[in-house]
Amino acid sequence: MLPRAIRCGAFLLIVAAIVLYAVFPFYWAVVSSLRTGQALFSTSLLPRDFQLDNYIAVFAEQPFGRNILNSLMVAGLTVGLSLILAVPASYALGRVTFRGRGALLFAFLGVSMFPQVAVLSGMFEIIQSLGLYNRLLGLALSYLLITLPLTVWVLTAFMRELPREIEEAAVVDGASPLILIWRVLLPLMAPALVATGLLAFIAAWNEFLFALTFTLSSETRTVPVAIALISGATGYELPWGNVMAASVTVTLPLVVLVLIFQRRIVAGLTAGAVKG
Amino acid sequence: MVGPPRPDRPARRRAGTVWLLLAPMLLALLLVAAWPLLRTLWFSFTDATLFDLSAARYVGLANFALLLADPEWWRSVRNTLVFTAVSVALEIGLGFAIALVLNREFPGRGPLRAAVLIPWAIPTVVSAKMWGWMFHDVYGVVNAILLQLGVIGAPVAWTASPDLAMAALIAVDVWKTTPFAVLLLLAGLQMLPQDYYDAAEVDGASALSKFVRITLPLMKPSLAVAAIFRALDAMRMFDLVYVLTGSNRETMTMAVYARQQLFDFQDFGVGSAASTLLFLVIALVTAIYLTMVRLRLSEHGALAG
Amino acid sequence: MTKFLMLAAAVCGLVAQGAAAGTVSISCSALGKEYELCKGGAQAWAQKTGNEVRFVSTPNSATDRLALYLQMMAARSPDVDVFQIDVIWPGLLASHLLDLTPYVRPEVKAQHFQTIVDNDTVDGHLVAMPWFVDAGLLYYRKDLLEKYGVGVPEQWTDLAATAQRIQDAEHKAGNQRLWGFVFQGRAYEGLTVDALEWIASSGGGTIVDGSGKITVNNPPAVAALDLAAGWVGKIAPEGVLAYGEEEARGVFQSGDAVFMRNWPYAWALANAPDSPIRGKIGVAPLPKGGPDGRHVATLGGQQLAVSKYSPHPDLAADLVLYLASAAEQKRRAIEGSFNPTIANLYKDPEILQANPFMGQLDAVFANMVARPAHVTGSKYNRVSVAFFSAVHAILSHRGDAATNLAALEKALNAIGRNGRW
Repeated sequence: MLPRAIRCGAFLLIVAAIVLYAVFPFYWAVVSSLRTGQALFSTSLLPRDFQLDNYIAVFAEQPFGRNILNSLMVAGLTVGLSLILAVPASYALGRVTFRGRGALLFAFLGVSMFPQVAVLSGMFEIIQSLGLYNRLLGLALSYLLITLPLTVWVLTAFMRELPREIEEAAVVDGASPLILIWRVLLPLMAPALVATGLLAFIAAWNEFLFALTFTLSSETRTVPVAIALISGATGYELPWGNVMAASVTVTLPLVVLVLIFQRRIVAGLTAGAVKG
Repeated sequence: MVGPPRPDRPARRRAGTVWLLLAPMLLALLLVAAWPLLRTLWFSFTDATLFDLSAARYVGLANFALLLADPEWWRSVRNTLVFTAVSVALEIGLGFAIALVLNREFPGRGPLRAAVLIPWAIPTVVSAKMWGWMFHDVYGVVNAILLQLGVIGAPVAWTASPDLAMAALIAVDVWKTTPFAVLLLLAGLQMLPQDYYDAAEVDGASALSKFVRITLPLMKPSLAVAAIFRALDAMRMFDLVYVLTGSNRETMTMAVYARQQLFDFQDFGVGSAASTLLFLVIALVTAIYLTMVRLRLSEHGALAG
Repeated sequence: MTKFLMLAAAVCGLVAQGAAAGTVSISCSALGKEYELCKGGAQAWAQKTGNEVRFVSTPNSATDRLALYLQMMAARSPDVDVFQIDVIWPGLLASHLLDLTPYVRPEVKAQHFQTIVDNDTVDGHLVAMPWFVDAGLLYYRKDLLEKYGVGVPEQWTDLAATAQRIQDAEHKAGNQRLWGFVFQGRAYEGLTVDALEWIASSGGGTIVDGSGKITVNNPPAVAALDLAAGWVGKIAPEGVLAYGEEEARGVFQSGDAVFMRNWPYAWALANAPDSPIRGKIGVAPLPKGGPDGRHVATLGGQQLAVSKYSPHPDLAADLVLYLASAAEQKRRAIEGSFNPTIANLYKDPEILQANPFMGQLDAVFANMVARPAHVTGSKYNRVSVAFFSAVHAILSHRGDAATNLAALEKALNAIGRNGRW
C-alpha cells in the first residue's frame, strides 16, 4: 500500500484532472470572447485582454436579444403546456393501477427515443398546413414531442414516491381525482415540478433540428440556431470572437441555473432514468 | 356521509377517470408523435418534393431501392455505427471512472459534481462551436498545447482530415455526454448494498479485488442500461455533426443524410425513406433496451404492478 | 347626375390612390452594410415613385434562404414581390419567376456583362436582373514576391513553384508558420467554385456542358485536380480541407500565407487599420492551367427577381430595374464596394477613386465561368454535392483524380438521367 500522502495526492490530481476536463472548454470560450481583432488569433492560456467589443457586436449586428427572448418564450410555452398535460397523466400512471399501464409507460420511453428526423417531414407538413411556419407557436408545439414524454416519465417517478396515506385520506373524504391532484398532491410536488420543469426547459432551450427547419427569418430564430448561423458584416465572415461571446452569454445563465439546482436536477434525471 | 369506504365504487370511478386524465396528453402525443411519424412513413412511398407535398404520387419501394443503392447512404450508416460504438464505449468507461471518484466521501465532492454537470448544461450547438474553435488547425488551443508539449510536430487538422474528423466528433460528444453517464452510474453505485464490501474488508481484500469481484458484477446491469440509453442517443445524433462538420460525407450520420435529402435536395420521398430506416433501427434497439429493463426490474423484484 | 359624378369622383380617387400607394415587399440581405444599401436604394425609389417598400428579413445562409424561397413559392405566397437570388438559383426557381423581358429595354440589357445575362436567362426568359457580381481573385504578398524577385504567377504550376520556393526560404529563415497557398477546400459549395476554376482554366470544361452532357471526366480536368491534390500538405496546410472563405482569409491576413484565392470582399478587410499585412498585398486574375489555358474566375454575385405570384408585378419590376440601374450600382460601388455588373462603370473615375483595385477587375469579370446551375435546374444541389465530395476526396488523397472523376461521372449520370435533366 502506498503511503497515505501519495494516495491522497494522486486522488487530488485525479479530481483536478476531472475538473479541468469538464470546465476548460468553457473557460477558453470566455477568454476568447474577451479578445478582439488580431488578438483573437493568439493562443496564450491566460487572459491578458479584457475587451467587450465582441459582446457589443453580438447584440448590435443581429437581433440576438430577440433570439434570446424567442428561446425563452418557446421554452416557457412548451414547458407550461407539458406540465399541464403531464400532471394529470402522471397521477394516473403513478398512483393508479389499471390495465395497460405498463405498456403505456414503455410506449413513452419508446417515443422519447424517436430520432427527430423521423418525424421531420410529417411535422413539416402539419406546421405548414396550420400556417405556423416561421412562427414561435409552431415551434413550441413541435417541441412537445421531446418535452412531453420527458415530463410524464419524470413526474410519474416522483408521483410514485408520494406517501399513500395522504391520498387515502382525501379519497375517504370523497374527493375527486382532480381535486386530489390540485389541492393535495400538487403542493407536495412543488420541488418535483421545479426539477421536471427545469429539465424540460433545458431540453427545449437546446433543441436545434426543429428550430433550424421551422424558423427562417433572423427575428424568429432561437438561440442555438442563431449561434450556429452567426455571420459577420458580410456574408462570408465568421467572427469567432462573436460566436464565443454569444456562446458565453447563453451558457452562463444555464451554468448558474444548473449549479443552483443541481440536487433537484440530479434527482430528476436519476428518477426518470434509473428507477423503473 | 360517514361509514366504511366502499371499495368498488371509487375503483370503478377511478378506472373511468383515469382515461380522462390521460386523454389530453395522449391526444397531444398523437398529434406531435404518431401522426407525423405515419406521414413520414407515407411520404417514403411517394415521390413528394418540398415544392409540392400534395402532388405526391405512390411509387412503391422505389425510394428504398434508390437509398440502398446509394454508397453515400451506406457510408452514413457506417459512420453512425462507428460513432455510436466508440463514443458510448468511451463515455461509459470515463463515466464509470468519474462515478467511482464521486462515490467516495471527500470534502469538495459537491463542487466536483457541479463541475462535472457543466458540459451537460451547455447546448450541443454551443459545445460544437467551442470545440470547433479549440480544434482550429492554426489558431486552435488544442494544437497550441500539443505543440508546446511536443506531442505533435506540426499543427494537426482535426476537423478537416477525413481520418481525424470522426475522432474530433467523438471527443466532443464524449465530453458533452459523460456527465449523464456519470449520474446514471453514480446512482447505480449508491444503490449497491454495503454488506458485501464490509465482508470483503473483514477478509482483508484489496481495493482492486473489491472492485473486480464485487463492484463490476453488481454494476453490470446498470452499465448495460446506461450503454444502451446512450447508444440510442448517439445513433440519432444530428446537432453536433451538422454544426461541427457540416455536409462532410466522411462524418455524415444517417440523421444528417436524411435532412440533406429532405431540405437541401428537396426530395421528400428519399429523405422520408431514410428517416424511416433510421427509425426502424432505433426502434429495434429500443425494443432490446426495454426488454432488458423489464428483465432487470423483475430480477430486483421492483416491478410493482 | 350628381350621383354619377360622385361615383366617378370616388372611382377616380380610388384609382389614383391605387396607382400611388402600392406596397412592394423586397427580400434582400439582412446583413449590415448590404442591408443598409438595399434599404437606401429601395426607399429612394419609393419616394421617387410615390410607393412604399417593405423589407422582409431572410436567413443569412444561402442554403436556408433557398429553402425558405422554395417553400414560399411552392405555397404561391404573395408575401414577397422582389427576391434577391444567388447566381446559381435562376435555373432552379425559373418557373416561379416573372419574365422581365417586356420591362427591359435592349440597350439596358446590353450594358450588363453577357455571362451574367445569359446566366439569368432560362429558356429565353430573362428571369432576373444582375445586381452585383463577385469573382474569385488571386491575392498575393507583394512584399514577399519582391523580396525573392519573382513575378506574379501566370500558370498554376508557376504558382506552386513560387509558393514552394518562398515557403522553404522563409522556413529556413525562421518563419515556420508561413504557408504557400490557402483556398476554400472544405466540402461545401465554395469548393465547387474553386475546383471549377482549376478545371475550367485548364480547358477541362464546366462539369456539365450547356446541353446537359456530363463532361467532367476528361484528361485536362484529371490533370488539374491531381495538381491541386499535390498542393495539400506541401504548399497548403492540411487544414485547408476545412477552410471556407473566412478561414483562408484568417491565415492570409495574419501574414501566414503567400497566396490566397478569395472573393473581392477580402481586400477591404486585409487593408483595414489593424491588419498586419496592410499595404503589402496585390491582386491578380487567377492563374491559367498551362500555356493553352485561360484566366477564369467562377461567377458569383446576386440578382434581383420578381415573383410570379406578386400582386403588383409592374411596380415590382420597376423597383428591380431601378435598383439594377447604372446610377444605383454606382452608388453601391462607391459606398459599399459592391462590384457592378455594368461593364463601363469599371472606367468611371469616381468609382475607381473609391476602390482603386476595381480597375483591375474588369478583365477578370470578362472571363467568368458559370457553374452548371442552369442546365441542371432543380438538381443542381445534388450535382454540386457530388462534385465537391469527389474533389474533397481527391484533395484528401483518397484515390487519385482519374478514379474519383470516373465515379463522379457515373453518379452524375444517375442524377441527371444520362443528360435528360
